[in-house]
Amino acid sequence: MFIIGERINGMFKDVARAIKEKNKPAIQELAKKQVSAGANALDVNVGPASADPKEAMAWLVRTITEVTDAALSIDTTKQDVMEAGLSLCRSKPIINSLNANEEKMHALFELAKRHNASVIALTMDKAGIPKDADGRLELAMKIVASCMEHGISPSELYLDAVILPVNVAQSHVKEVLKTIRDSKMLADPSPKTILGLSNVSQGSLPGNRELINRTFLAMAIANGLDAAIMDATDKELMDGMITAELLMEKQLYCDAYLEAYKK
Amino acid sequence: MERMIEKWQDKITEVVIGSKKPARIGGETGVFFIQGEDAAPNPPIVAMDVWDTEPDNWPGPLKAAYGKSLKEPVEWAKMCVERFSADAICLRLSDQAQTAEKTLEKILKEISVPLIVIGASPEKEKDNELMIRCTEAAKGENCLFGIATQDNYKTLTASCLSTGHSIIAEAPIDINIAKQLNILICDMGFPQNKIIIHHATGALGYGLEYTYSIMERTRLAGLSGDKMLSMPMISFVGQETWRTKEARTGDNDGLLETATAGAYLNSGADILVMNHPKAVTAIKKTIKELCS
Repeated sequence: MFIIGERINGMFKDVARAIKEKNKPAIQELAKKQVSAGANALDVNVGPASADPKEAMAWLVRTITEVTDAALSIDTTKQDVMEAGLSLCRSKPIINSLNANEEKMHALFELAKRHNASVIALTMDKAGIPKDADGRLELAMKIVASCMEHGISPSELYLDAVILPVNVAQSHVKEVLKTIRDSKMLADPSPKTILGLSNVSQGSLPGNRELINRTFLAMAIANGLDAAIMDATDKELMDGMITAELLMEKQLYCDAYLEAYKK
Repeated sequence: MERMIEKWQDKITEVVIGSKKPARIGGETGVFFIQGEDAAPNPPIVAMDVWDTEPDNWPGPLKAAYGKSLKEPVEWAKMCVERFSADAICLRLSDQAQTAEKTLEKILKEISVPLIVIGASPEKEKDNELMIRCTEAAKGENCLFGIATQDNYKTLTASCLSTGHSIIAEAPIDINIAKQLNILICDMGFPQNKIIIHHATGALGYGLEYTYSIMERTRLAGLSGDKMLSMPMISFVGQETWRTKEARTGDNDGLLETATAGAYLNSGADILVMNHPKAVTAIKKTIKELCS
């Protein structure tokens, strides 16, 4: 499973403060901690409060690449901030994200080609997030078609079926799972699937959030999920992920399978 | 029609054994012998068994092939290398070997090909003391020592670690235990690129297909990124074939051994340990043809 660590995001108060104070060690510590916990890539988001997001993104990417070669997922809705981040990446970057909006797809797929980047695509458009799997798959198909028209293999694409918090949109959960399952049939090679996992428990009681995340991840893996943006430092979540993959026969069983995953 | 070439996520670990004329084992980037894929940078090698004392249970066809050399391990080893072009020697230590390390030293002096050393009774604790002495005697020669099992791996692993040898890790036709054993050995600080897997060997007609399918699964798991199953594999073909009544009752040309070895080559074996010189010649020819 491809894990993108979610922690370097200006939505978190400690990260917002570190960006404001240009506190390199704080960011680098977060980067190293996530990688050593098993993150394959790191999400980088300057957050909504940044005064100069372009400059903040460049500073974050430079700061992180000083301590790790892990791939970076440049997480922004602004084109210039995206370019600033991508141009400084040393490993193959990930664009996070585009959606089924035509102009957005064109601009960002072109950017992906220029920077040899993978792309995370949300199954939503100007009208918002469809309420069922069929609506999501229709948008997914639009995205896959545009991806191929731009000469990019669907295997570079991570489709995000957009999970909403279970406390506000409970009926969406099984629609997202169905979307994950059926996305595989949209093209050959099939697109990959991803989730912004923590969103599912947004607003739930603090004591329940980890349990909701962990349970949902296992269910999504059983439906074929390939990647997740999640808290890689949550050991129980990581162990749950490894165990779910074991049960899906993604790795061969041995008594020390948790340890084997990390080798 | 476009040729489909399988792309694997990972490759098999390369293990180097021997010091004077080291052999590179493994390193495959795909399954063996698919023309055009060039997946095997190091073709499989053929080692020949040499016992430190004359084997009393060897059948006629084998005894006849070696003659008097069977009484003299050093001569026997030299004969295997010089006359039969063995790529490596597999020294077998018998139960009561008081002089095992002396024989080992002499052979190391006389031959330049890599040496594999197999203890008398790998399942038993008493083997450990002998193996400690032997790993010490061969220190710096980068030999391949066996056999470590799930119940008895610690002593051999520690002695190989301190003397710089590689190790054979054996699980009897159980891929899950094989993986577990490799993890246990690596947990002792033993380098992953010094481990060779043995899944137990079954002769043709005596369970070969079980071992074959497990070896195939191991190789595919290794190529798919499972680091704890990505080590090269060894098969003790001679030993198992010559226990069968079909071979013992007059297989003068070692045909059964050749056929068994051929199957293991295809399942992914990197080292074949063999007995009959004619079978060795035939299988070396096969390897050459398949790899050219």
